[in-house]
Amino acid sequence: MNLLEIRNLTLIKDNRPILNNLSMDIWAGHVHAIIGPNGAGKSTLANTIMGLSGYREFEGDILLERESIAPLSVDERARRGITLLFQEPARFEGLGVMQFILAGATVKSRATAEEALIKVGLAPEKYLKRAVDKTLSGGERKRIELASIYAMKPRLVLMDEPDSGVDIDSVKYIFAIIKELRKSGSTVILITHSPEVLRHADHAFLICAGTLVDKGDMTSMFDYFNGKCVPCEHVGQPVADSAAQMLTTAVNLQ
Amino acid sequence: MSDLTSADKEKLLAELLESINQHSFAPDVAHVEIHGNQVLNKNLVEGLLVESETIEDGVKVHIRVKRGVTLKNPVNFCFGLIPDNGVQRIITDTVIEEGASAKFIANCTFPNAVNVQHLMNATIEIQKGATLSYFERHTHGPEGGVTIVPVTRVRVHEDGRFSTEFELIKGAAGGIELDYAAEVDANATVDMKTRVFGRSADRVHIKEAAHLAGPGSTGVLTSHIALKNTASATIENELVADAPYARGHVDCKEIVQDDAKARAIPIVQVNNHLAHVTHEAAIGSVDSKQLETLLSRGLTEDQATDMIIQGLLS
Repeated sequence: MNLLEIRNLTLIKDNRPILNNLSMDIWAGHVHAIIGPNGAGKSTLANTIMGLSGYREFEGDILLERESIAPLSVDERARRGITLLFQEPARFEGLGVMQFILAGATVKSRATAEEALIKVGLAPEKYLKRAVDKTLSGGERKRIELASIYAMKPRLVLMDEPDSGVDIDSVKYIFAIIKELRKSGSTVILITHSPEVLRHADHAFLICAGTLVDKGDMTSMFDYFNGKCVPCEHVGQPVADSAAQMLTTAVNLQ
Repeated sequence: MSDLTSADKEKLLAELLESINQHSFAPDVAHVEIHGNQVLNKNLVEGLLVESETIEDGVKVHIRVKRGVTLKNPVNFCFGLIPDNGVQRIITDTVIEEGASAKFIANCTFPNAVNVQHLMNATIEIQKGATLSYFERHTHGPEGGVTIVPVTRVRVHEDGRFSTEFELIKGAAGGIELDYAAEVDANATVDMKTRVFGRSADRVHIKEAAHLAGPGSTGVLTSHIALKNTASATIENELVADAPYARGHVDCKEIVQDDAKARAIPIVQVNNHLAHVTHEAAIGSVDSKQLETLLSRGLTEDQATDMIIQGLLS
C-alpha cells in the first residue's frame, strides 16, 4: 500500500528545473533509497516532501494516504507523521539534549529520552546534561537528532545522508535505528551515496537531473548506479522529457 | 521605612521570599534580605562578614570573605521592593580575601513595580588566588516599571577568578543600564555573562568591559539578548588586552522579533603582539535551520521560537 505518492513533481529554482516531472510511490513500512549523482535533486526532493522554506512552490502533487499535503506547512506535515533528518544538523545554543529529544516525542518522559539515546549508542548519564551546541561533534549531533526522530515515532522519515559526518564506529547505530523504525512500522526514505546505507533499503530509485531514471530492488539499482552512472555534463540541466531519453544523456556507457 | 514594626518586617520578608519562590534556608546557608533601605533578616556563617548601614534611599553593605575560607554553600542575597513605586539604592563593597572562595546569589525582586528605581553601585576586590562567582537574577512584574542601574567595578588580582551572570528573563525588563568593568591581573580570569529577555517597550543597555592587564590573564564577555514587541537593546562589549599571553573572547547574540531593535558595539583591542582576542556577534531573527528542525518535529512556529530563545537565554 502506498503511504506517499509523488505525482508529476516539478520544482524550478533560478529558472532551472531541479525536479522534473518526477513521480514515485513510497510503500508503507518499507525502506526506500533515493540514489543519484551530486546535483540530481535528491535533497531537493526530501526538502520538498518536508515542505521546507524555498521548496513550497512546485507543480504536481504530493499525497499522504491519498490526501494532498501541498498546502500544509512543515509543522502540519510533521504532526501528520512526516519528519526529516537533516544532512547537517542544527546547533542550538543552551538547548538541553533532553528537551531537544522530547520536542516532538510522542511520550514526553525522561525514560523516552534515555531509551532514544541508548538506541543511538550515547550514554544518557553523560549526554542528558549537555546542550545541543557546538561542544558536541557533528557525529554526536547527528546521533542526537536521530534519537529525537526515534522518540517521535514518525510514520515517514526522510533521512538526508544519514551517515555523513559520522565515524565508522557510530554508523552501526544509525543502521540499528533504521531497523527499529522499520520494525515499528515507520516508512523510511534514505537519501544516500553510500553502499553501506543502501544495503538497508528494500527498494531504490535512481534519479538524475531531477528525473526518475529507473527503480527496482536495491541490488540491481546499486550495481547500475555504481557501474554505469557517472557525472555528465547534463547533471542538473535536463534536456529531455522522457526517462528513456534522460537515460542516454545521464549515463555514460563507456 | 525606619518605623517598621517587627510584624511589618516579617510580612515584608515573607512577601519578598514568596516573590522569588524561596521560602526557607538551611541553617548552614548564609542569607541576607533587604527591603528598600531596611535589612529585614540576616544569617551568616563562619568566615563571612556582612555589615550594613541604612542610608536615606537604600543600604550600604560591606561584605568580606576571610582569607583562605571556602564557603560551602552559596550566600543568598535578596534585594527588593514590594510597593509599586520607590527607589532602592544598594551600595556594596566586597572583598574576597587571598585564597578564599565564595558563590553569591542575588535575587532582585520588584513584583508590583510601576515606577521603581533599583540603583546598585558595587566594588569588588578579588585578592590573590581568590574566587567569586556572582549570580544576579531579576524578577519583575508584567508592567516593566523598573529602572535598573547596576554599576560594578571589579579588580581581580593575580590568579584570582571572577565570574558573573546577570539574568532578567521573567517579567518585563523595564529599563536596564548595566555597566560592569573589570581589571584583570596576571593569570587571573574574568567571565561576564548577561542574559536578558526584553518585551513590550523595554530599553536595555549593556556595557561589559574587561582590561586584561596582566600576563596570562583571560576574559570572556557574553551577552545573549532576546527582544520582542517594541523593545530595544544596545550592547557594548569592550575587551582590551595589554599583556603577553592574555586571551579573551567576546560573544554577543541577539534574537530580534516583531518591531524590536538591537545594536551591538563590540570593541576588541590588543596592545601586545603575544595577546589574542576573538569576537563573534550575531543579530537577527531566529535561525531558520534551528526553526525548521523543530518544526519538522511538529512544534508550531511559536513553540519552536520559544524553545530556541529559552535555550539562548539558559
